[in-house]
Amino acid sequence: MTDASLVVTDLRVEFSGFVAVGGVSFDAHPGEVRFLIGPNGAGKTTCIDAITGLTKGTGSARLGEKELLGRQVHKIVRLGVGRTFQTASVFDELTVLQNLDIAAGRHRPAISLLRARRGVDPAIERALEETGLAGELTTPAGILSHGQKQWLEIAMLLVQDAKVLLLDEPVAGMSQDERTATGELLQRIAAKRIVLVVEHDMDFMRRYATRVTVLHQGRVLSQGTVAEVQADPRVQEVYLGTADAMTEG
Amino acid sequence: MTKKPWISLGGIGVFAVLLLAVAPLVLSDHWLNNLGKYCCWAIAAVGIGLAWGRGGMLVMGQGVFFALGAYSMAMHLTLESAGDRVPGFMVLYDPLAPLPAFWEPFRGAGFTLLAIVLLPVVVAGILGYALFKRRVKGAYFAILTQALAVALATLISSTIRETGGDTGLSDFKYFFGFVLNDPANKIMVFLIAAGLLVVCLLVVWQLYRSRFGELLVATRDAEERVRFLGYDPANVKLVAFVVSALMASIGGAMFVPIVGIITPAEIGAAASILMIAGVAFGGRASLFGPALGAMAVGWGQSSLGSTWPDGWTYILGLLFIVVILFLPNGLSSLPARFAAARRRPEQKAAPSAATPELEEVRS
Ligand SMILES: Nc1ncnc2c1ncn2[C@@H]1O[C@H](COP(=O)(O)OP(=O)(O)OP(=O)(O)O)[C@@H](O)[C@H]1O
Ligand SMILES: [Mg+2]
Repeated sequence: MTDASLVVTDLRVEFSGFVAVGGVSFDAHPGEVRFLIGPNGAGKTTCIDAITGLTKGTGSARLGEKELLGRQVHKIVRLGVGRTFQTASVFDELTVLQNLDIAAGRHRPAISLLRARRGVDPAIERALEETGLAGELTTPAGILSHGQKQWLEIAMLLVQDAKVLLLDEPVAGMSQDERTATGELLQRIAAKRIVLVVEHDMDFMRRYATRVTVLHQGRVLSQGTVAEVQADPRVQEVYLGTADAMTEG
Repeated sequence: MTKKPWISLGGIGVFAVLLLAVAPLVLSDHWLNNLGKYCCWAIAAVGIGLAWGRGGMLVMGQGVFFALGAYSMAMHLTLESAGDRVPGFMVLYDPLAPLPAFWEPFRGAGFTLLAIVLLPVVVAGILGYALFKRRVKGAYFAILTQALAVALATLISSTIRETGGDTGLSDFKYFFGFVLNDPANKIMVFLIAAGLLVVCLLVVWQLYRSRFGELLVATRDAEERVRFLGYDPANVKLVAFVVSALMASIGGAMFVPIVGIITPAEIGAAASILMIAGVAFGGRASLFGPALGAMAVGWGQSSLGSTWPDGWTYILGLLFIVVILFLPNGLSSLPARFAAARRRPEQKAAPSAATPELEEVRS
């Protein structure tokens, strides 16, 4: 089960006639940091929404043997698919520990919810180490820095024991150092998990991507390694305004 | 964070001593009875604090559940007082009227107690399941619950033969075998109500410090996010809603022997809103706020409301506006505000579970 792959085939999403995603196929395997890029409105977030059950999509998205499309959101999560949102969404009024504790909770029997928490779960401790949040245990999530909130979200996916991490623009608004830390974090956690990153930041993509899928207007424009995608003339055309970002560096 | 629950527990202890030991010694019979009435509203208010303050569900129709408990109790007490005969008000319209079939089981004390507990659980369970699974929330939820309270009050008003209509049910002589006129028994009834209030506070105290309490706050603030952690938020809300309905029912049940009468006016839209007002006034997300707020509003009603009824309505309205504008988290947020003001300005007050955003009706 640990080496199950995420295979998306001919995914389509329509919003009352408007085709936001029009037949997208890609796959992601454990051990690679998979990137999904594309200009604004390309349909990247919509792809993730469809895979996680937030919006209805047709086609297929399989995790190993299991079809994800058509299931309820929380049931897809229980199959091991976790995601973050373009705007960091942690529980602002709860502390870092409480946030993580709730994320870890789905493995606990319901009745244990009625008891107060005693001590810190070892899985939470590991996630805190991993994401560098160990010093912020009792900080309310609302006053964390933007970057720390993103890490908290990733930590929540780790304690939730997600096999698939779908990250929507995880380094947006981060400083250069924070980006580097995040990239290294992603490489570490990708060793045993499927990590799919949606990003605009080309520099970040170049440094950490193993394979890239480029979306444009709801379709796959190009797919391959960073070098292959960068060399693709169609990609350069789409990124005309940012062509420098694609080729230089 | 780890110590605070135990301070609150001490607070409940002090509150219990004041209510159960001091109040009966120092208050006149009249005011003790009034205090008992406030306790009943406070019990319902504690539930509203749980559902609304912590759970974000603006329960505008708690009168429905208050009524389930109150009328269950009132039917039993009416039958107990009538003995073998058909209750007086029914004979008034038709001397040969048979007892309506749904009254019959309420002769049994055990059935009545069970009904007070199970009716709200079942009704709130079905209602909550239907609403939360369909993701009905915010203003829609509030209006729907309010409409139910109106509907139930109207139904009772229009069925005067079966329920006593607008005149309500009254003239209870016995309370499970005890003569209600006896001052000693009145104190006992007060102690039961006050004791139940303390128990309800203990229940929410444990819920708030439990993982469930954290999950409830998380659901209130970011329902979608909770879903993406693998929980079904509908179930989380359902539990809080059912517990709050049960508390309203218990409050209603004790209201009947203490006040001696129950009418649709006590359970309708206005009554339901008054319950909310007390909770908002005291601080909806805090442990003591809802109970103390409800008791304060109750006290205002019986002191000012009887001597100066018009003025009282205005004062209540004004108070409500002032609290919403300047103290959105109720009077119980005052100490924290003072503390924050005294601290150095650069130390920004950290948000806590007890301070939800002002925006109360989320769509
Ligand atoms: N709920 C919706 N209803 C209608 N149209 C939508 C909806 N959500 C997204 N869209 C449209 O679908 C298209 C794809 O949107 P999507 O958010 O997936 O883009 P994206 O690639 O994530 O862009 P960005 O980089 O700006 O986040 C856009 O044209 C968008 O306007
Ligand atoms: Mg997007």
